[in-house]
Amino acid sequence: MSDIAITDAAPEPHAHHPFLQHHFEDLGQQHEASTLGMWMFLSTEILFFGGVLCAYWVYRVIYPEAWALAAEQQNKLYGGLNTIVLIISSLTMALAVRNAQLGKRKATVGMLLATLIFGGGFLTIKSIEYWQHFHEGLFPGTHFTWNEVPALAPKVQLFMTFYWSMTGLHALHMIIGAGLLIWMMMRAWRGDFGPEYYGPVEIMGLYWHFVDIVWIFLFPFLYLIPGPHNG
Amino acid sequence: MSSATLHDVRFVEPEGTRNYVTHDYGALSWLLTKDHKRIAILYLFSITALFILGGFFAVAMRIELLTPEGDLLTSDTYNKFFTLHGIVMIFFFLIPSIPAVLGNFLLPLMIGAKDLAFPKINLLSWYLYMIAAVMGLYIIITGGVDTGWTFYTPFSTQYSNTHVFGVTFAAFIVGFSSILTGLNFLVTIHRMRAPGMTWFRLPLFVWAMYATSIVQLLATPVLAITLVMLMFERVVHVGIFDPALGGDPLLFQHMFWFYSHPAVYIMILPAMGVASEVVAAFTRKKIFGYSFVAYSSLAIAFLGFLVWAHHMFVSGISVYSAMIFSFLSYFVAVPSAIKVFNWTATLYRGSVALLTPMLYILGFIGLFTIGGVTGLFLAAIGLDVHVTDTYFVVAHFHYVMVGGAVMAYMAGLHYWWPKITGRMYPEWWARLAALLIFAGFNLTFFPQFVLGYLGMPRRYHAYAPEFQVLNVMSTAGASVLAAGYVLPLLYLLWSLWYGRPAGPNPWGAVGLEWATSSPPPMENFHETPVVTWDAYDYPAMMKAMGETQNV
Repeated sequence: MSDIAITDAAPEPHAHHPFLQHHFEDLGQQHEASTLGMWMFLSTEILFFGGVLCAYWVYRVIYPEAWALAAEQQNKLYGGLNTIVLIISSLTMALAVRNAQLGKRKATVGMLLATLIFGGGFLTIKSIEYWQHFHEGLFPGTHFTWNEVPALAPKVQLFMTFYWSMTGLHALHMIIGAGLLIWMMMRAWRGDFGPEYYGPVEIMGLYWHFVDIVWIFLFPFLYLIPGPHNG
Repeated sequence: MSSATLHDVRFVEPEGTRNYVTHDYGALSWLLTKDHKRIAILYLFSITALFILGGFFAVAMRIELLTPEGDLLTSDTYNKFFTLHGIVMIFFFLIPSIPAVLGNFLLPLMIGAKDLAFPKINLLSWYLYMIAAVMGLYIIITGGVDTGWTFYTPFSTQYSNTHVFGVTFAAFIVGFSSILTGLNFLVTIHRMRAPGMTWFRLPLFVWAMYATSIVQLLATPVLAITLVMLMFERVVHVGIFDPALGGDPLLFQHMFWFYSHPAVYIMILPAMGVASEVVAAFTRKKIFGYSFVAYSSLAIAFLGFLVWAHHMFVSGISVYSAMIFSFLSYFVAVPSAIKVFNWTATLYRGSVALLTPMLYILGFIGLFTIGGVTGLFLAAIGLDVHVTDTYFVVAHFHYVMVGGAVMAYMAGLHYWWPKITGRMYPEWWARLAALLIFAGFNLTFFPQFVLGYLGMPRRYHAYAPEFQVLNVMSTAGASVLAAGYVLPLLYLLWSLWYGRPAGPNPWGAVGLEWATSSPPPMENFHETPVVTWDAYDYPAMMKAMGETQNV
């Protein structure tokens, strides 16, 4: 990455690159501004997900038994499979950025398409899980049914509330990411990107990796580690 | 050296150049604009409308409180009115006021940029604001909401029969408007400064906006996710924050105040930035201790994140955590006092010009000090328990929010009005309004300190008869205050047509915003300025101006 960054920081004095916006001096400034903007957006996202993770953690400490029982409701196979799918999608995303930097049009589109397919795979598996949970009565609210330990049912429902809201927010970010991927594929196909202008793909990549990392936290919290006293 | 570069950027308006107002005509050229100055004007109109709406609720409450009996508004209506007053004034006026209007207009000008880093996102944030505002208006018309602006659970999630979902969703959306503004400003300050505009040459208003933006960026998402959980709980009927279903209402309060205390600094830090600009311009001096004032903005932003639970001393948090939060709350006084002392020290031996912006800022310094010091009273656990939920608290935060933030907003609006519109406001009327606002404000809110200390609780439409005299004083003050706010509305509009043309720099102030024409052209500067002088460098600027005028 660093060798590319150097060429980017000192762009050739092309007077008017077609994608240079009017209020920037040069492509380097534009690239730095957009990258910083995405990092700042991601710091907002960290606190957004951080808030719900914090609430999750508070109840995990208060209700360890319920959390342990609830974690057993999760399908670790699907969760693990999704983790692998998502990590591979991050690899293809990184390769897409690399190919955009090198100006390889078809390879860029191909890698973006691969990322989209893996992302779609993740959402498909997640939908199957949601479907199963829904039929098991594990959607919180008036139809919630879970009778293994009736005394703990409200707390297990609380766990499932966090499960649905956190994975739901994550899935929403995946869907937005898929939309961005399609947009990037269209731009890459059109031949917008090359060694001196590839910022949008890189910034899209930052977003995609962030959404991936959120799942890297959600997977252990929701599937793997039972209550704090058992784990 | 500096005179040569100043010469390059000063008074270089070719004849017939269009400014940002005359550049394009038609509603669409405004509604689809990406120019930061036009977006600032869009915000100016929107927040003024919402300020009038929020003011209407305040006036209705003050009229109700003329008499001890609840005779004008029922208790239910009164609950809705104080809730809507709070929501409208905080989310739709105070938080966007100085950043989205003055910050939007001035930040690129002050650092010598053509625009903010992300013009489309800037426009998007105005649309988000408007979507939320329209939702809010719809909710007000169809019945309002009665939870208080704090949306405390489980009342808001399980018991209230008003439009809690809609109003929290509106707050969620307007939060993203605020986040995007902060993000835009941060990137702009980092990446868009003109050549030579180093960090410690930045005007202190820019430092204040930087600190504000950090808070907007890092605190607002926590409110957003908290409101998402609240909405989820209300719709699905689960108990994230409901003790009957295993939830913890204290967790809601922690998460709410984790945003809403720093939000106080979103409102006051920009006001402090305006104060620094105005004090320097109307004393003709460098701000005393520039770097201390700059760093104290960052210190306030940082410490602001560590004090939220002082809103919860009577909510049932442990006494040890209350002690720690009380202790930390005192620390905020240090950087705040540094600022007040430095403004005061700047006045010393300055050539003070008592023009309208300066009158507002002198009022700001005094009222903010009273608001800040009574904040220390409230940070003391023992005293706080005594005056919790009384008018003492109401008076305290109005001294900071109205006496502080709104006074500074008015100061900034008058100070930069010639730059924004190219016209001078009428000085005599403006001074009259400033004095009315100062007098009316004190008459409204000082009695409330006494009322609160005597034990009058807030948020009731009826009260014990012995409190009536002070309440009548407060209502009388509110009518003076209202008159003080109506005047600027009239004479500022008047000045658009009849005001004296301002010229590029009517105050003889330094700062890049005064080095371009008024109103500024579409991309702000005809040539990118090169900065070789420090902020508030009046001697160099005076010398340069003399030379330029000789040319």
